[in-house]
Amino acid sequence: MSLRTQRPVFRRALVALAALPLLATAACGGSDSGDSASGGQGSCEKSEGKVELTYWSWIPGVEKAVAEWNRQNPDIQVSVKSTPNGNAGTYQNMSNALKAGNAPDLGQIEYDSLASFRLQEGLTDIAACAGVKEAEGDFVKWTWSQVTFGSGGEDGVWAVPQDTGPMALFYRKDLFEKHGISVPTTWEEYYQAAKKLKEADPKAYMTHFSQTDPNWFSGLLWQKGANMFGQEGDAWKVDVDSPAAGEVADYWQKMIDEKLVATDLQGFSPALYKAWNDGEVATWVSAAWGYSTIRDNAKATSGKWGVAPMPQWSAGDDKAGNWGGSTTAVLGKSEHPHEAAKFALWLNTDPKALEILNREGGLYPAAVKGLDLPALQQPVDFYGGQKIFDVFADASKNVTTDWTFGPTMTDTYRFMGDGIAGALGGKGTLKDALAQTDTKTVDSLEKQSLEVAK
Amino acid sequence: MSLLTDTAGAHAPAPASEKTSRGPRESRLSVVVATGFLAVIAVYMLLPVFWLVVSATKTQGDLVDTFGLWFSDFHLIDNLRALFTKQDGVFLPWLFNSLLYAGAGAAVGTLLSAMAGYALAKYRFRGREFLFSVVLGGVLVPATALALPLFLLFAKVGATNTFWAVFLPSIVSPFGVYLSRIFAAASVPDELLEAARIDGSGELRTFFTMAVRLMSPAMVTIFLFQFVVIWNNFLLPLVMLQDDRLYPVTLGLFTWQSQVSRDPSLQILSLTGSLVSVVPIVITFLVLQRYWKAGLAAGAVKS
Repeated sequence: MSLRTQRPVFRRALVALAALPLLATAACGGSDSGDSASGGQGSCEKSEGKVELTYWSWIPGVEKAVAEWNRQNPDIQVSVKSTPNGNAGTYQNMSNALKAGNAPDLGQIEYDSLASFRLQEGLTDIAACAGVKEAEGDFVKWTWSQVTFGSGGEDGVWAVPQDTGPMALFYRKDLFEKHGISVPTTWEEYYQAAKKLKEADPKAYMTHFSQTDPNWFSGLLWQKGANMFGQEGDAWKVDVDSPAAGEVADYWQKMIDEKLVATDLQGFSPALYKAWNDGEVATWVSAAWGYSTIRDNAKATSGKWGVAPMPQWSAGDDKAGNWGGSTTAVLGKSEHPHEAAKFALWLNTDPKALEILNREGGLYPAAVKGLDLPALQQPVDFYGGQKIFDVFADASKNVTTDWTFGPTMTDTYRFMGDGIAGALGGKGTLKDALAQTDTKTVDSLEKQSLEVAK
Repeated sequence: MSLLTDTAGAHAPAPASEKTSRGPRESRLSVVVATGFLAVIAVYMLLPVFWLVVSATKTQGDLVDTFGLWFSDFHLIDNLRALFTKQDGVFLPWLFNSLLYAGAGAAVGTLLSAMAGYALAKYRFRGREFLFSVVLGGVLVPATALALPLFLLFAKVGATNTFWAVFLPSIVSPFGVYLSRIFAAASVPDELLEAARIDGSGELRTFFTMAVRLMSPAMVTIFLFQFVVIWNNFLLPLVMLQDDRLYPVTLGLFTWQSQVSRDPSLQILSLTGSLVSVVPIVITFLVLQRYWKAGLAAGAVKS
């Protein structure tokens, strides 16, 4: 038992060790950032002869897209392994495999875990690989900023964007009409709408505030531009409890205090689905991929939902947050970065591949061209024939580009989840939760010997 | 009253029978209480299984929409068809893998445990007690704690992501060795072994022709125990395997369950798959339980 609980600590120690040389090289490269920090430039040569690549991913149906690639590229054969979701064990397995020296050539990594893998030297800089830098314009802006860590490619390209979760407002058209509520365009209107709904139907809630989805809350912060992290040279800036974040926290605290949101329903739980079916929860601020969650779990409400842009902090804005999404990364020590990068680019930009990933895995593409997929132009029956993906396509373009994820997001999410659970249980407020998350995150960074800017 | 006393006086054995019938009547209350208690426990234990059976017959929509403990539209056949065709029918190999890991692993593991336990019980050699203490210590180390070290070991010889990475660790059972030693000490008489030696039987032959038969009840117990342990083992395959064609059914279903946010239909398939994955365990127990009962009794009345 104790051995088991020590494992993460052990891992963290290793991560910290792995981080030291990286920081050293980063320090050297910092002065002239034109040169890649890891010396990846120029080292991305084509391999001789037939190449075999391995790839770990948890997208349902990804093997069909890979089969298409293998058919077109007899000299670069990819074998894909369908693994559990990253946080359900695959990230841990990737770390183990990196340590053991038998990691796959390619892996699926979500945006919020990229920094932590880069820190373990788990990623290969593919900036020098053919076609990679040129691909910048093929992807929605903010995703490129994520894979280049805001450097626009100057400091290396560490993954290829795959899918995104631009956020919008799912709402019950029928309930809004019944109670004479108009679709809110600002958060203030959203609050007024919530009050109106409560007056009309005391049993109904505007939405649910889940304690198990801290990454949802960080999506709300993202929209507000309340950056949780930043980088100042080699030091990490932790700013989880910034004034902007405080505004978001205060707003939702008010919603919680006035009992306008359900606090006992967890995300993706049967209880939530039941509440949707029964019309007790009227909206969900969620990502593009959330459309199938409602469609398949709230069948009784078919035709009653609509999708509108996310409410804004100032009227007339068109900002959106992002929740989820992942990349295809060439992992550290891959012997064939050239071929691996070529495959990663194809998988995430080729119209046929994008079509398969969208159809089989419900991926909302990061590629600009992907937003024009025929499937994403169709009216969706469940949403009363609304062309809902038009809303998400706009949202995707409006996600702010200067968001930075920290290097220990798993910890940060856990701290935030704990804080949110406390606030929902009446112990403290969401603002306290942010303050706690801030302090604890600084601690966890310092424990890994990372420099923290004060 | 008079009728009663009459009857009582007329039939001599009556008081005796009354006395004996009072015994059961007194205990009838406790029988009712005990049965009632057991019934409550049984319902408590079986309710999740019943829920699983009911849920596996529903569509994804009905799963969240209708009362959980009763049937709505019957879709079990559709679910089974979807289950066995999803991802090019990967579920069947998962089931087969589980049977192979658990069946072959438990068989080999049982044999090794029986041999080790027999040796510890019947041979005198230096360090015997120390060796036994080490084995006992092994019972206390949870398998989860060993998964990562095992992974690093297997990585060194390049054997991760292979059948052997899950199979080899599965055949080790300190608890089986412990049980075998206790049982061998109690059920294999030294006189019998001496007689065998005098008759010229080799040690190996003695073990396989005599000891194994005498120890068979314990071996069935170890087999069943080990079968269930390997069947339910989750962390080791999770750490070792990435090739979904090598997954046991537990890991496969977990993988599906973790992908639900992208493909909601996987939820009902995970449920149906769980139901199907219980069936081999139930069959194994039904087939082997009579040996097991015989084994427990044999151990209890050993003279």
